[in-house]
Amino acid sequence: MKSLGRAVHAEFTKVTTTRLWWILALIMVIYVALVAGGLTAILGTVGSSRGPVISSAERAPLIYSFGSSIGYVFPVLLGALVTTAEFRLKTLTPTFLATPKRGRILVAKLVALTVFGAFFGVLAMAASVGAGSGLMAAFGQDAQLGSSAIWALIGRAILAMALWCAVGVGLGVLVPSQVAAIVIVLAFTQFVEPILRFASGLTDWSAQVGKFLPGSASDALVGSSFYSLSAPSLVALDWWQGALVLLAYAVVAAVLGYFTSWRRDVT
Amino acid sequence: MPDGVTIEFTNVTKRFGSVEAVSDLSFTVEPGQITGFLGPNGAGKTTTLRMLLGLVTPTSGTATFGGVAYRDLPSPLGTVGAALEAASFHPGRTAADHLRIYAQAAALPRARVAVVLEQVGLEGYANRRVAGYSLGMRQRLGLAYALLGDPSVLVLDEPINGLDPEGIRWIRLFLRQLAAEGRTVLVSSHLLSEVQQSVDEVVIIAHGKLIHRGTLASLDMVDSKQVIVDSPNRDGLGWALQAAGYAFRSLRGGVIVDNAEATEIGRIAFAAGIALSSLSQKHAGLEDSFLALVGEEGAL
Repeated sequence: MKSLGRAVHAEFTKVTTTRLWWILALIMVIYVALVAGGLTAILGTVGSSRGPVISSAERAPLIYSFGSSIGYVFPVLLGALVTTAEFRLKTLTPTFLATPKRGRILVAKLVALTVFGAFFGVLAMAASVGAGSGLMAAFGQDAQLGSSAIWALIGRAILAMALWCAVGVGLGVLVPSQVAAIVIVLAFTQFVEPILRFASGLTDWSAQVGKFLPGSASDALVGSSFYSLSAPSLVALDWWQGALVLLAYAVVAAVLGYFTSWRRDVT
Repeated sequence: MPDGVTIEFTNVTKRFGSVEAVSDLSFTVEPGQITGFLGPNGAGKTTTLRMLLGLVTPTSGTATFGGVAYRDLPSPLGTVGAALEAASFHPGRTAADHLRIYAQAAALPRARVAVVLEQVGLEGYANRRVAGYSLGMRQRLGLAYALLGDPSVLVLDEPINGLDPEGIRWIRLFLRQLAAEGRTVLVSSHLLSEVQQSVDEVVIIAHGKLIHRGTLASLDMVDSKQVIVDSPNRDGLGWALQAAGYAFRSLRGGVIVDNAEATEIGRIAFAAGIALSSLSQKHAGLEDSFLALVGEEGAL
């Protein structure tokens, strides 16, 4: 247990001693703030001339959930880049020399990056809530910051971001090629999964499968997203089931990666 | 003080698919001296060292430190320090941060980072990103990593690669000092001349097989059978050698006679009445002996 703690500490230091994390965090915060703020402004102006497009009870959760519903790609990239960099830069050699028990390092990496993902979650939610609530106040709308349901949503979004970072680590060990991992992350999150989620909603039986897609599970966990707005009848998991499904993606990918790449000869 | 740890290879074999990179290798490396692990590129040196360090799993056989496999050492970095290549760094990380990470992982005191950076002469560059390091500085940082746990055993793969003459002199003295302190030092190289001034023992492999092991002096025993001879009357010397049935080549500096003894060539010249200006048995240098040994296995 003590040795696992040391390994977690070392894996955490690996992330903080390069520039990657804050570059990704900076882009994420700007992106989330622009989208959340921009949509609040659009809803505010449209709503004021023709009556509300969306009820005020729905508005705040939708805007705030942008932190995770569009920001989640950043913790995935962080986890995947940090992990694949170990293969690409051959830092697995000093890592495995310092800690020859390789399974312990992989567990430590998952733990350290889950914590880092939660930190990304805090930053992303600060961006969406900050930009969204500020503009809602400017339009004279209720930002609902006194609502416990809103704060529960913020907490669940932070949990989702933490789990997404672990999914990134799992992907990184499963696909150690850094270029391939980046292409998979971007193609899947921006293109393949949105289409699959839309298509799976067309029939009842496919919706039962579609709710287990990682993005659907994440939205179920957070409890609100622009997907549920575009297709309100979408079948969804309970929030805790969504969390377990995301965790399962991370663990299954990491275990498969352990056997296919992590345990292999380091040459 | 480091206590003596012996490295033991016992029937180590490694196959990559159908290629046998290392074949049934057995040898020991003793503490208190520097052992050169030599062989041409592709001989299996790096694979052998990586098997010793648990990074590559042998197909069969064992490699241990006093009977204990690397993976089972209670304190790996405190027992064995290894520098395997000059490229195992994140270019965006500073030298001090690089070392701090592994000190944390191995539960070593953080103060060791500054100590080893000073030992290898990098104290002025501790907070500079590795991306700006020269190859020689990367070699030194690799060595600093190896020294982090003040280990009893040092395993260095081609540590002289990329060093300038001053750096080569420095590392020779440094390795000497580490061995004198009772540590076991195993240094690989593909050039004997690189290490012949510092090693006590040599282990030579080619195509994954052990072909020679012993003291450095034992290499000199491989004798040459060539004689260098010259005369103002080269033509006459040539006739005499031909008459006696010797094969020879005439070069600018003299005539090289194969499979000959200097006394015999002198006698032939004397009998033919030819005055000699020089006569000597050609000495096979260490490098020639090394190449002869390695060449027997068929050079790449």
